[in-house]
Amino acid sequence: MQYELWILRQDSPESTPYRQCIPFETDDPQMTAATALTQINETPGITDSEGNPVQPIRWECSCLQKKCGACAMRINGVPRLACDAKLAECAKKGRITLEPLRKFPVVADLICDRSVLMKNLHLLQIWFEAETKADETVGDLTYDAARCLQCGCCLEVCPNFYADGDFYGMSGLLPAARLLTALPDIQKHALHRACRAHLYEGCGKSLACRNICPAGIDIDRLLVNSNAAAVWKRRMAKKKREKSR
Amino acid sequence: MQRFQIIGAGLSGLSAAITLAKRGFSCNLFSLQPSERAQSVLAEGGINGALNTMGENDSPALHFADTVRGGVQLADPNAVEGLTAHAPEILRQLEALGVPFHMKNGELILRNFGGQKKKRTAYAKSSTGKIIMSALIDEARKYEHAGRITRFPHHEFLRLLTEGDACTGVRIRDCYTGSMTDYYGAVLLCSGGMNGVFPGMTTGTTQNSGDVTAAVFAQGVPLGNPEMLQYHPTTIGIAGKRCLVTEAARGEGGRLFIERNGERWYFMEEKYPELGNLMPRDVVAREMFFVRQQPEAGGQVYLDMTALPEDTWAHKLSDLRAELMNYLGTDPKHTPVPVHEGIHYFMGGIAVDAQHRAGRNGLYAAGECACQYHGANRLGGNSMLGALYGGQVAAQTAAAAGADLPEPAAVNETEPYAQPASPVLIHAVSGILLDALGIVRDAETLQAARERLRTLSHAREYNAREQARLRLAEAMLLGALERRESRGAHYRSDFPQTDEAYRKTTVVRCLQDSVSVTFEPIPQRKGETDRAI
Ligand SMILES: Cc1cc2nc3c(=O)[nH]c(=O)nc-3n(C[C@H](O)[C@H](O)[C@H](O)COP(=O)(O)OP(=O)(O)OC[C@H]3O[C@@H](n4cnc5c(N)ncnc54)[C@H](O)[C@@H]3O)c2cc1C
Ligand code: SF4
Ligand code: SF4
Ligand code: FES
Repeated sequence: MQYELWILRQDSPESTPYRQCIPFETDDPQMTAATALTQINETPGITDSEGNPVQPIRWECSCLQKKCGACAMRINGVPRLACDAKLAECAKKGRITLEPLRKFPVVADLICDRSVLMKNLHLLQIWFEAETKADETVGDLTYDAARCLQCGCCLEVCPNFYADGDFYGMSGLLPAARLLTALPDIQKHALHRACRAHLYEGCGKSLACRNICPAGIDIDRLLVNSNAAAVWKRRMAKKKREKSR
Repeated sequence: MQRFQIIGAGLSGLSAAITLAKRGFSCNLFSLQPSERAQSVLAEGGINGALNTMGENDSPALHFADTVRGGVQLADPNAVEGLTAHAPEILRQLEALGVPFHMKNGELILRNFGGQKKKRTAYAKSSTGKIIMSALIDEARKYEHAGRITRFPHHEFLRLLTEGDACTGVRIRDCYTGSMTDYYGAVLLCSGGMNGVFPGMTTGTTQNSGDVTAAVFAQGVPLGNPEMLQYHPTTIGIAGKRCLVTEAARGEGGRLFIERNGERWYFMEEKYPELGNLMPRDVVAREMFFVRQQPEAGGQVYLDMTALPEDTWAHKLSDLRAELMNYLGTDPKHTPVPVHEGIHYFMGGIAVDAQHRAGRNGLYAAGECACQYHGANRLGGNSMLGALYGGQVAAQTAAAAGADLPEPAAVNETEPYAQPASPVLIHAVSGILLDALGIVRDAETLQAARERLRTLSHAREYNAREQARLRLAEAMLLGALERRESRGAHYRSDFPQTDEAYRKTTVVRCLQDSVSVTFEPIPQRKGETDRAI
């Protein structure tokens, strides 16, 4: 099968992006965008559809089995993990576009700087001050909350998240939810206060983030089980009422 | 100001950083990508510690015995003693960070893992590494806030800075901007295994290119047991890599079979009645290799998990099931999984002593990049433990030897190690190694591989990284050639017996234009001489 990979290229943060079309041939139904990128970069003398040499495409990957979040990018317009995007499944008429996530500053080609995720967790003070112990009765919730890849796909689709804004989105809420499942009540209040300003209050739309999460984290369930649920539910109900009007 | 430079932000790097920070020291934590993307997040099945919560009379002494036996007597017994004695404490520390291990009535539930006679592996479903990493990352953030840990994600180690025989710091490149800086201080290498030496053929991450190990080796730091590669018995091929089927699948009752005369032959159970499918990995992988050669057997080994109870799938292996269904399109609950051995772990690496000193003043190594604890074969669940404990020990040793240092300095000269290695060379080297460093090895194949490597080495001019890789490859081949015996993961068809004379560490050094190998004695267990008297 012959594919056309349309890649949004950008040499440096300052330079102007351009699109490059690279013909790519494979019969492997398991071929992913990640393996295709690897192969292109490993093919000496490879040229694009116009016969120009293809400079190494800069992108990030690590685990190649959708467990680390490194390879998140927009594939045919949808934020997802390149190592989980089979060409055969995501091509439209043989065409696949690869672009960096848009909510974060581009470093080069498909790499963007997602350090804002780290920064926001820092601002929320996501850590335990004292020794704790996971509550066995909600072990599943703690587990799910700890699975967040910090990939940023949820932020990419979130209508309310901007890199320099003060709403932190799902990738901020999940690590907070991990702490909330284990903190004694008194300390919970302080964390809730921090979360209210940056998470609970700013949100209230479609749960678009839930459907996009490549880790398949059951975001609803975590919400229901943190006290955020009360705030959230009120907002969701309000939203529904507004919609039905 | 006192600074420690830690390379790598997986379990061992985070563990070292937190240990230093807790003691009031400050450190820089460099990694190619943030901790969330380190190989440690891939660890699945669990982490060992003789907590004895399962009513089996387990003890650190038994954990010690299993580890030393599993490593076929090649590990430093004093280091292993420290590891196994501290394992219960390490599990308690993780609990105190809120890690949701599988628990019942307030006690950790432990599972069976390969090569161990007792249940001593703590776990969080089959994403144990990810869950532990999330907890450690949060803990490190606390010290980041206190100004003691400074994280540098997307920063690459290029080489050590040295003065005479001492290591004085590291040269680092910011991968996003390309700028280089020299950071001074004691250096703790926590850079993981050498997956990149075998691109596409390991279960680990692409980030662990092996470049750190290759560079420090080329700079004169000795390696220990570089021939010891662990082939994990149960992996499946997926796009771009080998994907692990966790040993927990067998720990929870999964069985290996091959078709023979139209029937299922559960060869491990037949040959090893006591541990069966849970024999150490080297044994299982080798048996798989040999049963496949039998003329009356089908060429494919399967992992049969169809008899596992519903509860196990729901609470213990749910992630594994989802993963296998995604990659194979079949449900392991109903269909046996075709499995093959795949490179999974590097027992060998930067040679360190029990205090994690790496042969020079100011240099330490821990985690998978170091040669410690696992001897000739690592037991499942011991590597996360080794990374966490090793990180702690390395940090403690480094802290005791700290000194005052100059401030970081920008680098304006060209740096040979900044040039990447060409993928063509990487694959050529990998091809040569894979042919010779399989599950079964012999002198002829190893010699032939060395010849091919030599020819390749002279084929053109190579940059610094490429040269270091060629040297590293030579070290692996030479280690395997000179170890004229079979032990653990190293099986020689021409020397099939284990030979007491080789119960020594293979130490490989990089000289001006060659690589030398010596066999150095393994330290005696402390107290053993006294006991003998
Ligand atoms: C699929 C899988 C499952 C596993 N399951 C288990 C299990 O159940 N139990 C168990 O005990 N063990 C398991 N292991 C092994 C275990 O996960 C690893 O051995 C362990 O996590 C290694 O930790 P580490 O800190 O040494 O290195 P890693 O976590 O690999 O981290 C290495 C760090 O070094 C950095 N680095 C690498 N090169 C450079 C460079 N040039 N410059 C800067 N930084 C660099 C990386 O960015 C990374 O941060 C498993 C391994 C795999 C692959
Ligand atoms: S529910 Fe909507 S607004 Fe809230 S975090 Fe998800 S995508 Fe953003
Ligand atoms: S919530 Fe899901 S999509 Fe968002 S960062 Fe975490 S893993 Fe990625
Ligand atoms: S490379 Fe890890 S999620 Fe794709």
